[in-house]
Amino acid sequence: MIEATGLTKHYGRTVAVDNLSFTVAEGRVTGFLGPNGAGKSTTMRMVLGLDRPTSGDVRIDGQHYHDLHQPLRTVGALLDAKWVHPNRSARDHLRWLAAASKIPRARVDEVLDLVGLTGVAGKRAGGFSLGMSQRLGIAAALLGDPRVLLFDEPVNGLDPEGILWIRKFMHRLADEGRTVFVSSHLLSEMALTAQDLVVIGRGKLIYQGTVEDFVEHATESTVLVRSPQLDRLRDLLRAEGSEITEITEDGDALRIGGVASAAIGELAAANNIVLHELNPQVGSLEQAFIQLTGDTVEYRTEEHRSEEHGAGEHRAGEPAGNGEVTSG
Amino acid sequence: MTTLLATERIKLFTTRSPWWSTLLALGMTIGFAALVALNHSGGPLTVRHSQFGAQFGLMIVTVMAALAITTEYRFATIRATFQAVPHRTAVLLAKTAVVAVLAAVIGEVAAFGSWITARVIDGGPEMNLVTGGDWRAVAGLGLVYAVGAVIAVAVGTLIRQSAGAISVLLIWPLLVENLVQLIPRVGEDIHNWMPFTAVSRFTDSTVPGPIGPWASLAYFAGVAAVLLVAALAVAEKRDA
Repeated sequence: MIEATGLTKHYGRTVAVDNLSFTVAEGRVTGFLGPNGAGKSTTMRMVLGLDRPTSGDVRIDGQHYHDLHQPLRTVGALLDAKWVHPNRSARDHLRWLAAASKIPRARVDEVLDLVGLTGVAGKRAGGFSLGMSQRLGIAAALLGDPRVLLFDEPVNGLDPEGILWIRKFMHRLADEGRTVFVSSHLLSEMALTAQDLVVIGRGKLIYQGTVEDFVEHATESTVLVRSPQLDRLRDLLRAEGSEITEITEDGDALRIGGVASAAIGELAAANNIVLHELNPQVGSLEQAFIQLTGDTVEYRTEEHRSEEHGAGEHRAGEPAGNGEVTSG
Repeated sequence: MTTLLATERIKLFTTRSPWWSTLLALGMTIGFAALVALNHSGGPLTVRHSQFGAQFGLMIVTVMAALAITTEYRFATIRATFQAVPHRTAVLLAKTAVVAVLAAVIGEVAAFGSWITARVIDGGPEMNLVTGGDWRAVAGLGLVYAVGAVIAVAVGTLIRQSAGAISVLLIWPLLVENLVQLIPRVGEDIHNWMPFTAVSRFTDSTVPGPIGPWASLAYFAGVAAVLLVAALAVAEKRDA
């Protein structure tokens, strides 16, 4: 379990993480979601004691990272796959990490096998593709058989096969009862990987809870209905429903908000209306995310800014004219 | 601590730079000894002549020592290091110790290698190790290299950048220590107390100075200790 309370980090005048409190539960995959530059990596570095919080506190199973005895046996982390000396072989890289925590040498070959790098273990890590580097990083994280695992953007730049492998891997780790905390700015990926979510924007907590709740709260679900007797159905729904929030025409179909698809189906059956399609439209994680983090994106394009001009959001210290989204 | 020393030993010897540096340092010192012995004329060849390349060797050793820490920052393996062992002072002390031991070994092999080479080429009675000064010139080189390596690790930790640290470590002994002599009146005194100038009195008794050879080495070590403490304090405090 990871507990952050009031975690704050300033870099000069920039506030990277702002009074952030959250918990990451055991036996589940918790997604750490936020736009680029939201403070995800900074938070992860603070969890590992690499960056010192300006104020606040983060503990792993009740202990500060600094006080953990041989921390690689408790916490495994992959923050950046390129944190490897390019002239050192994969095996040597793992060998010194193992030596630092008195992990037996046999474990090095074990984790190399686990991530499928046995064949290239003697090769220089500098020559590895991103996918191989990522696997080496995961091997390093697993070296001490830790209860807590942190991954920062693990699927970045991977091919579909690699993404699928990592996704399955995370689930396996969580099923083994470990705490898995994985950051991403890819919402669709989090929807498939994570069960819980911690969402931040501009260093502040926006949401903590399950993925389902996040989608449910942040987006409105609608039902798409297609029927040859559409007009009759509409009249019936209007007569029936006080809960209906919207009925809009969508080509030859109706989009109905505020009513469950089951209720619509039952109403149609009771009135002998033929339905060709009854399709619940669950709001995507993307929609929910943009809705919640819309005004907390660190770097935005001119186009976005003028669109939101009406909202009057313009904070002091916001980088002006920074047209590129940069990674954080 | 033995765990940390073992870890740093693996780290140092699983990259190429220490191997190259060792070969280069030995080649330079022993090579120069051979050249000096072959081309010597006017008076007998002395022990001091055989140690002509010692300064070049020291420079290579300090570069190697600085790279041992700056490459960790360059490739961010310093983060992996502090992740594995959050007690930064202990880690950096272990690294300093391992690098200093390697530097000492290079220094001894270089000095005795140079002495033997020169002796084989042109060995007169002046090539025997007789006085304390003779012994310091040869056997003392390992100590100088070890302390020099400590200074280099400290500078590398403070600067964190290979190019910057190497520039300081080369320009300081080559230029700065000599250029201070140009300062009117006090220049010569300042020059005498410059660390690399001071330690040259330890291995070369012919260099005049305000304090004796062993005091000069102690002074050099004191400078190294101050720099190391500063580097440890900074590393402990800042973000990795």
